[in-house]
This record gives sequence, C-alpha cells and structure tokens, in this order.
Amino acid sequence: MRQKKKPSSEQHEKFLKGIRKKKTLVTCLRVLLLVFLLGLWELCAFFNLIDTYITSSPSRIFATIGELIREWDLFTHAGITLLETLEGFFLSMLIGTGAAILLWSFDTLWKVLEPYIVVLNSLPKIALGPVIIIWCGTGTKSIVVMAILICVIITLLNMLTAFRSCEEEKILLLRSMGANKFQILVKLVLPASLPSFISVLKINVGMAWVGTIMGEYLVSRAGLGYLISYGGTVLNLDMVMASTVVLCFLAAAMYACVALLEKLVRRRD
Amino acid sequence: MNEILRFEHVFLNYHSLQGETPAISDLSFSVREGEFVSVIGPSGCGKTTLLSLISGLMPASSGKIVLDGDPVTKPSASISYMLQRDQLFPWRSIYKNVTLGLEIKHIKTPDHLARIEDLLKKYGLWEFRNARPRQLSGGMRQRAALIRTLALDPRILLLDEPFSALDYQTRLSVCDDVAAIIASEQKTAVLVTHDISEAISMSDRIFVLSRRPATLKNIYETGLKDFGPPLKRREHPSFPVLFEKIYREIRDDETKEKAKL
Ligand SMILES: Nc1ncnc2c1ncn2[C@@H]1O[C@H](COP(=O)(O)OP(=O)(O)OP(=O)(O)O)[C@@H](O)[C@H]1O
Ligand SMILES: [Mg+2]
Repeated sequence: MRQKKKPSSEQHEKFLKGIRKKKTLVTCLRVLLLVFLLGLWELCAFFNLIDTYITSSPSRIFATIGELIREWDLFTHAGITLLETLEGFFLSMLIGTGAAILLWSFDTLWKVLEPYIVVLNSLPKIALGPVIIIWCGTGTKSIVVMAILICVIITLLNMLTAFRSCEEEKILLLRSMGANKFQILVKLVLPASLPSFISVLKINVGMAWVGTIMGEYLVSRAGLGYLISYGGTVLNLDMVMASTVVLCFLAAAMYACVALLEKLVRRRD
Repeated sequence: MNEILRFEHVFLNYHSLQGETPAISDLSFSVREGEFVSVIGPSGCGKTTLLSLISGLMPASSGKIVLDGDPVTKPSASISYMLQRDQLFPWRSIYKNVTLGLEIKHIKTPDHLARIEDLLKKYGLWEFRNARPRQLSGGMRQRAALIRTLALDPRILLLDEPFSALDYQTRLSVCDDVAAIIASEQKTAVLVTHDISEAISMSDRIFVLSRRPATLKNIYETGLKDFGPPLKRREHPSFPVLFEKIYREIRDDETKEKAKL
C-alpha cells in the first residue's frame, strides 16, 4: 500500500531537495569520471605516450566495433553468447533450486550427499573443461554445461540454506493447522526464501557470464568469448577491447533486469 | 461443565546428543469446557512444551492426553495454537494471513469466509484487511493473529505468551480485547504467561508449574470471572492477595534453586 501524499512542510521540501541534489551530483561525477578516464586514455594515445598496439584507445575501440559489425557480424556473435548465457543462467537456477527443494524434503539424502556437494563446490570448474568437451562435444552444449556447472552448486547451497533458515515457529504454526510437508513448502518455505532467490539471481548473472566466456575460450567457433580469444591470439588488441566493451554492456543490461525484478519483489512486502 | 481436556501422568523427555532432558514430569489435570486457564511457571520450565503436547505436535513420552474423550495423537481441528509472537507472514495481506488455516484445510467456503469477515469487522481490522502486517501496530497484529487462531472455529485456544512482545499500555488493552473475544466466542483457553497479574486478571484458574521438569505445584481459583473485564478485575480486593500468594510460591521456588547452586 502506498501512503497518501500529505501536504509537506517547507522543511521537508528542503530535505527532499537536498537528497535530489546529491543524487544529481553523484550521477554527474560518475559520468565525469568515465569521460575523464576515456579522455586521458585517448590523449595519451594521441600524443603517443602509450603504445596503442598493446593498449588500444577509445576511438580505435569505437572504430573497431563498427568494423566488427560490418565485417565480423558482431551482433550474431553477441547474440550467440547472450543466448548461451541466458540458457546457462535459467537452467542452473532451475536445476539448483529444484535440487535444493529435493534435499530440503529428504534430509537423509542431504546428509549423504553433503560431502560430495561441498567438494564439487570448491573444485575449480575449469578443471572439468576437457571432460566436458569429451562428453558434450565442441559445440554450444559444452559452453552451456560449463555455465551451469559454475552456477548450479552455489545456487543449490544458497537456496538450501535459505530453506533451512525458515523460522521453526512458523513451521510449527502450519503444522498445528494440520499442514503437510508440501503445504509447508509452498505456503511458507518458498515465499520466505524469495529474497534469497533474488540475491542468488544477482550472483548468477555474473557467474553465468564467467561460465559462458570460459566455455567459449575452450571450445567455441563463435561468440564474444571466441572473438576475444581470437583477438588475443592474433594480437589484435582493438578487437579484444571492443568485444569486451560489448560484453560489458550485455552483462550490465542483464544485471539491470534482475535489479528491476528485485524492486518488484521488494514491493511485495 | 463438561471436561474437555485431561492429562493423566504425562511425562515428556527431550532427546539430544547431549543427553536426555526431562521437560515435563507426571503432570495430571483436567480443563472444563469454556474455562480460561493460565499456566505460569519459571522460565524454561516446560510451558511451551506443555502447549505443544496439547496441540498434538509431539507425542508424550508416557502418560495419556485425552481431548473430548479421545487420545491426542496428531494436530486436531478442535485446537488452535497461537504461538509466542504473532508469526504473521509478512508477504501476505492481513486477510490472506487470517485465512491461512482455511487454505491449509481446503475449507475456504462462503460460510467460513463470512465468519472471518465478521471477526475482522467486529475487532476493527476490516479496513486493514489489505494491509501488510508491518503496517499495523503491535496490538493490531496480535488481534490479527488471534483472528487467524479463531478462524478455524476451534473449541480450545492455546496461547503462548501472546502479549510478551507488547509494551505495557498496549498489553493491558489487548488483554481486555482478547479476553472479550474469547468470552464472546465461548472458547476454552489455555494461556501461558510469565506475568502473574495477567494470569490472575484473565483466567478462572491458574496452574503454577515448578521449575524444569515441570510438575503441577498448585492450582488457584481466581473467582473473578463475573467481575468484568481483566483491567477491572485488577481492582478487586482479592487480586493483591492472590498475587502475593502466587508470587511467594514462585519466588520460593527460585530461592531454592539458588540455594542449590
Ligand atoms: N527441541 C528441544 N530439544 C531439547 N530440549 C528442549 C527442546 N525444546 C525445549 N527444550 C528444553 O526443555 C525445557 C522446556 O522448554 P520450554 O520451551 O517448554 O520452556 P518454557 O517454559 O516455554 O520457556 P520460556 O519461559 O522461555 O518460554 C527447556 O529447558 C529447554 O531447554
Ligand atoms: Mg515458551
């Protein structure tokens, strides 16, 4: 429920104005910082203070992006990577949360599996690269599997912790009403864990990109990770930087979506 | 009046890796229909455990608990349990909170919903039915929790320190509200409390428990039933007398405890 707007006092107006002012200031400073750094970089490059062959420069990156669009079909590469990331992201949320529900429901199963899951969690997933390639081939499938591997265990552990930290007294309340385990899950445990779910989403937005790019380094013939690793191999720094910039924008956009979702959920309670 | 609940030599031990904790020991009593009983005793003596036993959330280690002539084995529809603190679900509106029990039992019938509407209106929460719990004051939340408890139309209400989260002023007025609600709905009630005055002002009988493992030390009749609402009962001449008696009883228990240490 939103509060009705009251006629606010002059003092309150002043307070709000102060807050708005500060917000504007922060935004301006952010933009200025970016402009300053980019400007400095560009100037250093312009006056040959740095070697653009290994550092590139903003104008060259910009030009390269144009070139990539024209000659390398940048959008297709970006699209492929985005799709792989989304696939890894959603599948790992689904599998991780599903497994967490299962392990919450069957405590013994969790007790049995706990050590294995903990070891899997601390294992650097990149070490499984060769195994993944042998099992899943050198296509998109391996990349998605890599992304899932990176996200799924942390999702499972976080969600399970959230499920288990549900207030014991609320569970007793439901049980005293005659609720069964499924009802406790649906009416209490899942809704109570929604904030944790959102924070896991936020972590996984980052992790899914890590997994996908790592996967593309390993196997791919397409995608931003491929462009970056190809650019690195042929020492074309402009290409590496330009692809990274595009990657930045995509990751930021995905994060913004999750942040928006979080805002909607916050409004719930 | 008819007996509705009976304990016969009930024991309860908690088991954990650290060992066995006796929480309730040889408890026998009975509660009559329509009666308001308070249970009072030192901290950690086993009061919540007692309510959990009545509500069928766990089985007794030995002894018999009889509800309406039948042994208690699982949560029964004729008992509603209001736990320590309101335990409203923050993501549900007040209306959705008070209808939770109906949802669980799949009995959201027009009859039951009409009853809930009645209760909400009667106790001043109808305008707030779409609000979230956090938008309500402590007293209103407590009333909402009580309506949720009443929604299933139980015959016995179990109340575990329902007022402990409230400040003193609110507590007095909510006590009056709750006593009035329970009286007008003609329910049997078992109230757990730390507060002697609260116990005297609200109930017909007071069970005083010993420290853990809880045994029944004494039962007091207040005899204040027809003397108006709880706040008014505090002015009755027998109030301070009874207070003194119970206070001594509990204090003696605590002194003994200290002497033992
Ligand atoms: N699940 C449990 N396992 C082991 N011991 C327990 C458990 N629950 C309670 N106890 C112990 O049993 C005793 C009685 O607990 P109980 O919660 O019934 O006390 P209480 O009288 O309600 O206390 P309070 O006044 O603090 O609410 C306590 O000493 C407690 O430590
Ligand atoms: Mg207790």
